[in-house]
Amino acid sequence: MWQQLYSELKDKNFMVVAVAEESRGTDHARPWIEQAKSDYWQLIDAEHRLEDLYNLVNVPQAIWIDEQGRIVRPPETAGSTDHFRRMDLKTRTMAPKDQEERLAARQAYMDAVRAWVTTGKHALPATAARANLPKVTPDIAESRARFRLGVWLRANGRATEGDQQMAEASRLHPDSWSMWRQAADLDEVGKAGGPDFWKRVQALGDRPYYPPPKL
Amino acid sequence: MTKILTPTAEHDVALGAVDRAQRDGLWMSPADAEKVTGWTLKPEGMCRAEACVPLPAAAVGTNEVDVAAFWKKLGGPVIASEKRDVWALGAPADERNAALEGLEAPDFTLPDVNGVPRSLSQLRGKKVFVATWASW
Repeated sequence: MWQQLYSELKDKNFMVVAVAEESRGTDHARPWIEQAKSDYWQLIDAEHRLEDLYNLVNVPQAIWIDEQGRIVRPPETAGSTDHFRRMDLKTRTMAPKDQEERLAARQAYMDAVRAWVTTGKHALPATAARANLPKVTPDIAESRARFRLGVWLRANGRATEGDQQMAEASRLHPDSWSMWRQAADLDEVGKAGGPDFWKRVQALGDRPYYPPPKL
Repeated sequence: MTKILTPTAEHDVALGAVDRAQRDGLWMSPADAEKVTGWTLKPEGMCRAEACVPLPAAAVGTNEVDVAAFWKKLGGPVIASEKRDVWALGAPADERNAALEGLEAPDFTLPDVNGVPRSLSQLRGKKVFVATWASW
């Protein structure tokens, strides 16, 4: 997904790190990675450690980090939009206008990354970067520990108990789509996008699934 | 052996005598406690660099310490499996918030598809765009 951007910018002291939040592990992620034909880093995060460290809730989310290792844009949606919510579920197609807007939003996001790399634009000053950080609550902290235990239990033949830990993690941190969808996917590939997912999306009402980046 | 999962590592620890496993808490030698938590048992409590967290008397035994009690004192979640053979020690919320508010990007090490470990800190000096994705 980011290869074109990376090819254009790699001579400008720029690196892309794509992280697969994939508790089924490397072999499960491999076909997508091979298809991407990328030469940036493609890393596997079976335990969702990055989501714990950076307080992430969905994919794709991105963090922009400058040459000094400072966060200049906290976690935000990386190019995806909510247009899919208006998709025709039978035909799995979007209205042409939605499709157009969706691609334009993705393009605008890519352009913002380009501008940052070439001119420094869109890098937030410290106070603004700090203000946009999502807060970790004790419930979120507990949900991460339960999720971590759940992944381990599932990977070690204790699926029922692992599911219980993951369900409790989602109850404690309902805003995390990653934990909910990963648990559904571990239960059965495809379930993360099944009827329960759509019910959950509908329950959002006016709230976004992918909050747009404030560029 | 008891499995201890921390946010960035996994440890196998011998909890020793049966009666220890049957007591409440997560009792282990001070050496194992240090390996798992990065904090060292001293007379003033569990210490790391200049900081010490005092422990209640009930959390320290003869050459052993209750890591669950310590971790809760630190403000971190402690979750055990039903059989109490696997424990997850989560990062305290305050610690996560303080790290992020400092705006220094937390370092991480993850394997690539060939199993080669890669760390964010190796990229110091470059602008880095970190983006997540998933198949699900």
